[in-house]
Amino acid sequence: MSHQQTATQSGGNTSAILSGQKDFLTINIDGQMFGIPILQVQDVLGEIKVTRIPLAPPQVSGSLNLRGRIVTAIDVRKCLGLPPLTDTDKKMSVVVIHDDELYSLIIDKVGDVLTLHEKDFEQNPATLDITWKSISLGVYRLDGEILVILDVPKLLLSLQHPN
Amino acid sequence: MDDLIVEFLTETNESLQELDTDLITLEQNPNDKNLISKIFRLMHTIKGTCGFLGLPRLETVAHRAENVMGRFRDGNLEVTPEYVSLILESLDRVRYLLGHIEATSTEPEGDDSALIEKLDAVYEGRDAYQMGGAAPAAVVPDESTAEIPSEAVSAELEMPTFDDVRTLAAAAPAPAPEPVISAPPVVKEQPKEQQSKEAAESAVANQSLRVNVDVLENLMTMVSELVLTRNQLMQIARNEKDSGFVTPLQRLNHVVSDLQEGVMKTRMQPIGNAWAKLPRIIRDLSMELGKKIDLVMTGQDTELDRQVLEMIKDPLTHMVRNSGDHGIEIPSERLKAGKPEVGTVHLRAFHEGGHIIIEIADDGKGLPLEKIKKKIISNGLASEEEVARMSAQQVQQYIFHAGFSTADKVTSVSGRGVGMDVVRTNIEKIGGSIEMNSIEGIGSTFSIKIPLTLAIVSSLIVAVGGERFAIPQLAVRELVLVSQKSENRIEMIKDTPVFRLREKLLPLVSLNSLLKLGNASELQNGFDHKYIIVTQVGGYSFGLIVDQVFDTEEIVVKPVAKILKDLSLFSGNTILGDGSVIMILDPGGIAKATGETSMPEDAKTAASSSSLHSSESKTSLLLFTAGNDAPKAVPLSIISRLENIDLETIERADGQMLVQYRGTLMPLIPFNESVEVGKTGQKPLLVFADRGKSVGIIVDSIVDIREEAIDVQVSKNKPGLVGSAIISGKATEIIEVMHYLNSVHGDWFKDHGDEPYLRSQESSESGSKSDIRKILLVDDSPFFRNMLCPVLMVAGYDVVAVESPIKALELSERGDKFDLIISDIEMPEMNGFDFATKVRSSKEWQNTPMVAMTSHSTPEDIDHGYKAGFDRYIAKFDRETLLDTISRTLALGGHQS
Repeated sequence: MSHQQTATQSGGNTSAILSGQKDFLTINIDGQMFGIPILQVQDVLGEIKVTRIPLAPPQVSGSLNLRGRIVTAIDVRKCLGLPPLTDTDKKMSVVVIHDDELYSLIIDKVGDVLTLHEKDFEQNPATLDITWKSISLGVYRLDGEILVILDVPKLLLSLQHPN
Repeated sequence: MDDLIVEFLTETNESLQELDTDLITLEQNPNDKNLISKIFRLMHTIKGTCGFLGLPRLETVAHRAENVMGRFRDGNLEVTPEYVSLILESLDRVRYLLGHIEATSTEPEGDDSALIEKLDAVYEGRDAYQMGGAAPAAVVPDESTAEIPSEAVSAELEMPTFDDVRTLAAAAPAPAPEPVISAPPVVKEQPKEQQSKEAAESAVANQSLRVNVDVLENLMTMVSELVLTRNQLMQIARNEKDSGFVTPLQRLNHVVSDLQEGVMKTRMQPIGNAWAKLPRIIRDLSMELGKKIDLVMTGQDTELDRQVLEMIKDPLTHMVRNSGDHGIEIPSERLKAGKPEVGTVHLRAFHEGGHIIIEIADDGKGLPLEKIKKKIISNGLASEEEVARMSAQQVQQYIFHAGFSTADKVTSVSGRGVGMDVVRTNIEKIGGSIEMNSIEGIGSTFSIKIPLTLAIVSSLIVAVGGERFAIPQLAVRELVLVSQKSENRIEMIKDTPVFRLREKLLPLVSLNSLLKLGNASELQNGFDHKYIIVTQVGGYSFGLIVDQVFDTEEIVVKPVAKILKDLSLFSGNTILGDGSVIMILDPGGIAKATGETSMPEDAKTAASSSSLHSSESKTSLLLFTAGNDAPKAVPLSIISRLENIDLETIERADGQMLVQYRGTLMPLIPFNESVEVGKTGQKPLLVFADRGKSVGIIVDSIVDIREEAIDVQVSKNKPGLVGSAIISGKATEIIEVMHYLNSVHGDWFKDHGDEPYLRSQESSESGSKSDIRKILLVDDSPFFRNMLCPVLMVAGYDVVAVESPIKALELSERGDKFDLIISDIEMPEMNGFDFATKVRSSKEWQNTPMVAMTSHSTPEDIDHGYKAGFDRYIAKFDRETLLDTISRTLALGGHQS
């Protein structure tokens, strides 16, 4: 748990929203940059052992113990229909809170916290992959890169009702 | 909702609940000034607050009720049962209004004028009791005289309504109406005493404070975390011997343990909290149904988890109501049955081995067997034939079926047929169980067994396919290690694994394939070296195949994440002591998922099995060898001990082997000549003991203990042998121990035996299997009961053995029927002669033939026996004569007077 970054930077968030600014934690999955609204982020973890949950949806990779709370681990690559990482690849997770429950999103790498402006925001491109579209809130145009905003509640709901 | 209103509702509800219990005391002790003041204060507070909050309807009711309470309090109006009803009615109205406010934040539409009119009438002294009949005690200060008239009124009016009372009062020849408004001087020191009492009470109230449950739950979670961290620290400290952490860690260890215990305690509440409403329910019930019921509660202080308490509240209420409504008879019926007029419902709670037992016992009429039987048939739950074969217990079990009610009419309390099944489901939901015992005419007892807390469950940790799982210990019956090479092996029917567990097929569920753990080795290697966890859900038993069994651990159950709530095989998850997360299996879910869609009806299966020949009933047998390899069996129940004897310690006297055993000399015999008794080494010994005498039989080896039906295939006329039977697949000789004991111990039966009085020359067929006769055996010696039962069963009879005539007569009352009764004469409590007299005067058994089996065989005794109603008289220990006499007596038919 060397990589702990909690939501301390979010102190000025209220004013940020007012001025059309938002803070995001950026993550990298399969070379694509994603953003998670910083207020939803609880913790960032390095690789941690998970217990398999039999019969759970394939995207659920198991559960783990985070300081006495049970956290359900979700493989975001599987949610996005991406090929899985090999066992030797380093993984990280972002712990998010949803509906009073903790979920750990397993991703490739955690980046920085960015403050982004409303003017750079755009709706999902109409032609975006349908799976991606369903769990994305929209995109930000950055210098030389596109940031996709993850809709965490939708991502988790899609697991709850797989059909 | 307005914060103020919330506060008001909580507070008022709390006071109301408190009053419920007190109000019953009020009826018994109507002029309890303290209590009346309490109600007065409550009404007063409600009135005041309502005005402030703008709730006019509630305010009016509270105001008028306060007026009346004021008069009671000032002592110028005697509190009679009628007035208690009126007070209760007002409280109910208040409660109803409060409930509505809680739900909608507004007062309901409606009109309270009828109630207000009644209250006003009492307040102004123009109601029936004061105008007409009974003179209140206020006028006649002598208490004894004052109570008579008030009782007279209550006897006439079970449920007084205002109108009834008025007519009745008008009809009654009115004595000169006493103006009662002028109050006699009230005892002056009352208020002072009261004030000091009040002060004391509020001081007690200050000792506790209200805490939101969430706060406690949160504390609980944090403590669990703390415990976990402590465990990890301790682990580290163990590896570093000389660390300076050791002492402070020890201290931390103690503090954390205490803290954990303390936090657990905050969740515990006395069970009395769940009972608070019951006195009121019973009281209303007795008023409504015209019964006299006393509710006795013991063990209110027994504490259990808040969550469990919530879960059992409703089932308990329901069951107490049932006891009052169905159980207790109306006074006239009770008197007729020779019972006290007032029925008792006894509620008891106590701890027993990590569980809490709650008993609800009533001395009412018990479960009506005939009615239940009819209902079973009319509901199509079982055929008439099946029902006829069921034991009383099995019949009674049907009350746990959905939609089963034997009440003739639907009363407001019960009879709608939603009841015991819901009760049972609710109790089983929290890992509890319910048992029932009812004797018609005597009463019923229900006992509920529930775990102390839901938060902590003792679980078995198992591994399968490399993953660990927890199984609640409550569902686990036993563990079996199987290996394909031994007798304990798993067999396959197509792809379904099954296991023979004590001659019954146990369906098996492979956890590996059920949970799709994808470990194919199981199919390739077969089921070698696996464990079977015999699991029971309701009446359904099945086995779970797992790879490994670790340990039991107390675990804290946590719900699974919402996105996983569709997984019905798990009841939750938890964190083990080592910090890893583990899933908790739900045996109920597994049972459902693997084919058992609805819980099987245990009664039905039991009924079908009881239709088999009754000698199918199992007996525990001890298998041993002596001389050759052929296994021999003897009923385990007649063996008192198994010993390993050192052959060196055997002494010989007069050709008899003896050994000093527990301070006396015990004769020994080898089972037969081929058992070699050398000088050294050890041999197993079967010890038989009865009435201070014992005998040891030396055998070669003890093989096994089996629970089997003794179904003798070949009977031999060889002394000492009952016959041969197939036991666990092998021909086994069943030993008649009597023969051996007689041969060694000439005087073994001196106290019992004598020559048979009636010895038949004819040999007759002893009961053939197509015609099963039922025999009741009454003998106070367990040794003889156990010895005779197999002998009679082998002869083809269905035997019920009881230890006393009193127990036997209970069976008679229950309506059990027998073809023959065999009874000992010398028994404590009631001897055989008295028993025979009782049987002959009973309705059920007056024609049942009786055989006396005894050592009392002087001619006078025999004469006495015949006079008392015995048909035959035999000595106790002659198998031939006994069987012969039985078949001859049965052939003659009923009792020949």
